[in-house]
Amino acid sequence: MFSLSKSPQRVFKKAPTGIVGFDEMTGGGLPQGRATLLEGGPGSGKTVFALRFLVHGARACKEPGIFVAFEETSERIAANAESFGWNLAELRRKQLFFIDAQPSPDLVQSGEFDIGGMLATIGAKAKEIGARRIVFDALDIVLALLPDAATKRREVYRLHNWLLEQKFTALITAKVGGDADNSHTTQPYGFMQFMVDCAVVLNHRIMHGVSQRNLRIQKFRGAAFDENESPFVIGPGGFDVAIARTLGRVDAKVTNERVTSGVKRLDTMLGGGYYRGASVLITGFPGTAKTTMSGAFAEAACKRGERTMFVSFDSDGKEIIRNLASVGIQLERFVKSGILRMVSARTITGSAETLLVRIKSLTKEHKARCLVIDPVSTLSKSGNELTAHGVAERLIDWSKADGITLVCTSLLDEMASQMTGGTPLQISTLADTWIHLNYLVQAGERNRGMSIIKSRGTAHSNQVRELILSDAGVTLADIYTAGGEVLMGTLRWEKESAERVAKEVAEVAGKLKRVSLDAEEAVLEVRAKSLQTELVAKKVEKTLLTRTTESRERELTTGRTRLRELRGGDAKSGREERHQ
Amino acid sequence: MNRRPVFKFRLFVADHATNSLQAVANLKTLCAQYLPERHEIEIVDVHRTPERALSEGVLMTPTLIKTSPSPVRKIVGTLSQTRTVLQALGLESQVA
Repeated sequence: MFSLSKSPQRVFKKAPTGIVGFDEMTGGGLPQGRATLLEGGPGSGKTVFALRFLVHGARACKEPGIFVAFEETSERIAANAESFGWNLAELRRKQLFFIDAQPSPDLVQSGEFDIGGMLATIGAKAKEIGARRIVFDALDIVLALLPDAATKRREVYRLHNWLLEQKFTALITAKVGGDADNSHTTQPYGFMQFMVDCAVVLNHRIMHGVSQRNLRIQKFRGAAFDENESPFVIGPGGFDVAIARTLGRVDAKVTNERVTSGVKRLDTMLGGGYYRGASVLITGFPGTAKTTMSGAFAEAACKRGERTMFVSFDSDGKEIIRNLASVGIQLERFVKSGILRMVSARTITGSAETLLVRIKSLTKEHKARCLVIDPVSTLSKSGNELTAHGVAERLIDWSKADGITLVCTSLLDEMASQMTGGTPLQISTLADTWIHLNYLVQAGERNRGMSIIKSRGTAHSNQVRELILSDAGVTLADIYTAGGEVLMGTLRWEKESAERVAKEVAEVAGKLKRVSLDAEEAVLEVRAKSLQTELVAKKVEKTLLTRTTESRERELTTGRTRLRELRGGDAKSGREERHQ
Repeated sequence: MNRRPVFKFRLFVADHATNSLQAVANLKTLCAQYLPERHEIEIVDVHRTPERALSEGVLMTPTLIKTSPSPVRKIVGTLSQTRTVLQALGLESQVA
């Protein structure tokens, strides 16, 4: 009968190593209470890995550890680890014990011997400090002392059984020579790989003169793991495995907050600016003001009081500050106040992975919210063609996860046409906003044009704008299209001034017309008034005339009556009848 | 004869492991034959006093350390190859 509680695929408990990336790859760390074999060539980082595992155990998991050093003395190991800032001295007091077990060179052998004594010694020490983790660094040194393959095998089994008995989470490192890929067939202690529960291979290749370190988990009993080779870097913080986004990881926080691009007009074109946490790519040929655009962004970020880092692969930080000051972008004061950090990465050499790790750790150190990388295409320099794409992917992935607004510039190959487009890193497909700058050569001059190729999640203008750099900063101007041709620079200026003149002429003409109309109006008004007066006069005259006529008539009538009266001929009543 | 130096040996063993017991037996035989009356043997069991093995840097058992006369010598193994052991101890001339 099946019982759910006793699932055949029992999942090991994991002992976290604290190594960035590795714990994600293995789903938690090394198998707890089991042995892990760590193989690698000389200088592949075995000791650093092992030490990190112990330090993390002692510090974060309350699991004290023992480091058995077969090759280097514990003093040298501790001194080498100083640079990682692990503060071993403090740990060594209680939680981390080093056992120096370098065989003396003048050791004489006579007859059979075994490592039982060593295990007893270590076991006693482990009990004393309550160790849960143990590292055997360079076990191959011990195995080399053993006379034949059978003895080696016997001693390795003795060790393994002892480890399991003691329930230690053990890490055994061993050197593999030459090509790590087929080491299991060539190494005399290849059987160890079959014995242990987990095997990790580190290798160190040189491609086009650039060192590339890779880590691969060869086996991990009872657990799912990432089987691919993953690049890693031994950086200032120790061991850092680069992994791309693993499935099931929580998505980055997405906000609708906008941050200004530093160019007002561009913000309008983008509907308010870049999204916070977005990755912005500015592409263009050399001299198209990519750096200036990113400088404007950095300045705006600093003005908002956000910690910003400017990584330049092209020139020195001071040079950039000076050059940007000439176009009105003043970064000096922010560097002084410590809000802005200029990093000249021209001198950092190494693989793209190394660069990414350096940028990441510097960003973390500076607690930057805005990051400028100028230009990001440097990542794909010689020797890094294969890995650069992955690095760019991780760069964007990381900045998104941390909510950092990233502006990177990328140089386009002069020969590559704009249509085939894209950057050597194919970062253009990953970026959220892609702004392209180019030149327009016309009428004997070269002008800068800017257009937004894409901007995810925002309405954006489809217009090409002319980018003008002046000591007042970066401004964008409309361009003119005339007869199907785009006008920029002086042509645009000519067109603009022609329009200005035409407008002025029209204005003057208008004014003139108004004045003459005013005059005519005045004349008419005056005439209207005089006519009015005349009318009044005429009216008066007319009334006067009527009145004189009337009075005269009246006079005439009264005159006739009076005359008749004066003649006195008729009686008043009879006279009339008679008369008729 | 008595003016010749006394050999001081410290033999690290792992409890009753076969090779440890062999080493004890071999050392005793060797001393009896080549260093009669002028040897001291201290047997250290790493299971009982592991800190001593730790301080002496003993990895393998059995390990024989000749502490005196100088130089200090370390020999690992059951000491079964008498000739090698005598050479290491500077006693080749004793080999007949």
